[in-house]
Amino acid sequence: MKTVSGKGVYGAVAIGRISVFKRQEVQVKRVRIERPELELTRLEAAKEAAISQLSEIYEKALKEVGEANAQIFEIHMMMIEDDDYNDSIANIITSQSVNAEYAVAVTSDNFAEMFASMDDAYMQARAADVRDISNRIIRNLCNRDTANAVSYDKMIVCADDLAPSETVSLDKDKVVAFVTAHGSSNSHTAILARNMNIPAIIGAGEEFLAQIHDGDVAAVDGYTGEMFVCPDEETLARMEKKQKEDLEKKALLQNLKGKENVTLDGKSIKIYANIGGVSNIGAVMMNDAGGIGLFRSEFLYLESSDYPDEETQFLAYKKVLESMAGKKVIIRTLDIGADKQVDYFKLGQEENPALGFRAIRICLTRPEIFKVQLRALYRASVYGSLGIMFPMITSVEELREILEICETVKEELRAEGVEYSESIELGIMIETPAAAIISDLLAPMVDFFSVGTNDLTQYTLAVDRQNPMLERFCDTHHEAILRLIELAARNAHAHGKWIGICGELAADTSLTERFLRMGIDELSVSPGFVLKVRDTVRKLDLSK
Amino acid sequence: MKTFAYTIKDELGIHARPAGLMVKAVKGFSSEITIAKNGKTASAKKLMALMGLGVKCGDEIQITVEGADEDQAAAAVQEFLAANL
Repeated sequence: MKTVSGKGVYGAVAIGRISVFKRQEVQVKRVRIERPELELTRLEAAKEAAISQLSEIYEKALKEVGEANAQIFEIHMMMIEDDDYNDSIANIITSQSVNAEYAVAVTSDNFAEMFASMDDAYMQARAADVRDISNRIIRNLCNRDTANAVSYDKMIVCADDLAPSETVSLDKDKVVAFVTAHGSSNSHTAILARNMNIPAIIGAGEEFLAQIHDGDVAAVDGYTGEMFVCPDEETLARMEKKQKEDLEKKALLQNLKGKENVTLDGKSIKIYANIGGVSNIGAVMMNDAGGIGLFRSEFLYLESSDYPDEETQFLAYKKVLESMAGKKVIIRTLDIGADKQVDYFKLGQEENPALGFRAIRICLTRPEIFKVQLRALYRASVYGSLGIMFPMITSVEELREILEICETVKEELRAEGVEYSESIELGIMIETPAAAIISDLLAPMVDFFSVGTNDLTQYTLAVDRQNPMLERFCDTHHEAILRLIELAARNAHAHGKWIGICGELAADTSLTERFLRMGIDELSVSPGFVLKVRDTVRKLDLSK
Repeated sequence: MKTFAYTIKDELGIHARPAGLMVKAVKGFSSEITIAKNGKTASAKKLMALMGLGVKCGDEIQITVEGADEDQAAAAVQEFLAANL
């Protein structure tokens, strides 16, 4: 197996056979001629032929890729008729008494150079258009055919670069991917791939063409920009699975994007996404999540070699709030400890880390660290709709202490004249049995609950989730867990508060109905599960 | 001779497509139609030169029309710019 990598331009997966696009290389020689007028006549004929070929291509493109994309060939025809371009060619032929091929090649170089040197990526890419029309004229002058490719039912077209007219000449029904050595995101190959919804890799490097052969089986991953040539069984199976999931997800997306999360009998629920960093925001948007139900702030601490300062945190929170444009963003304060260790916290070894010094326990022991995060959060709150949630709560006292620290932070900001939003929602994670059992006492103190089912499961069932030997004892659907969630939901609603679930269980569609019947207001799942859960919700009928 | 200025509002500026449409729109006029940006000029009837100006969104271009049908030509250019750029 060989791996070719470049830049992926369209997220999709394709498996097929490689078809290397071979161009008929025409070597242009400079030849002195006696009668320039004969060259000009040859040139006219070659140009006329080029125009008629292009109008055919235009018609084909019009049918295949629509007017907007076909227009480039109209432009090509106009380029061939461009006065400056033609004057330059004619001038070279007559003043130097040389053959038409040479005159076209030199003119092509000059005009392509002009575009290539412009300071705008779009115009730079137009150099390829000039070369494309010029090569066409030259091929006509020497009566050469255009390039060709071996055809397979599912073909991955590999080339150094593809000109628009060349891509149109391909049999689109059979092309499943493009891989080119050169090209930019603005190149026609990239644009065409996006229009055809097929993966493409550009900038794979000159050398990749030497490593592949016509007919080789290959898998192209447009997400990662990789092509696996002659993949081993494991890779092939992995890519087939990825392709299948990708197609299912896209089909779901098509059907479900923009639709409400509402059951057949009219009960609605919010479906938000869980993310672990600013880079996941794209996935939240793409999957049409209604907000962010759990933004894990740990990445700021894990990616850093020292405590991240207020400004760094502020910028990250501001970015996520702004990106979500007013949609709810619930940020969980730092949840370090147990399985997430950070050196500079110097937490030390523990017998039972899951039951140990972690999350809010660190924050309340070292309020100076906690306050930096809270200040950053409050400052960022003016940029969107922020919720702050605190992990690992077990008692009313802890919560009271947290709320006092929040008040201090607000006072300090006010004294400094720093703005913050008055409509921040404060909530707690329900992830210890204790919190669920006293949820009636906690509910009046907060705006919302969010159930962390992973920890709730491990603490309720006394099962270490890091220990693979305990898997059969770890029944995530255990009635005890569901009853604790139900209890918390009842208590939240009794105090007019809302409750969500942000653990793994939220994405378990075999429980969606149960959660809806409990009155859960929000489910927060990995971005990739948003539409799957939406699909489940839309098929349920709670009146039955 | 008629001259006027126009500020480009199209996001992509004078890229291939509008340049092509512009050439088409003015080809029939006998007047000389010149587009200038930052001291560089190009005939509105010449596609590649027009693209070569590298006119972007927000740029101000100066248009000069001179010839027998300059009134109609200037009106046509103005109309074209308003509609496409």
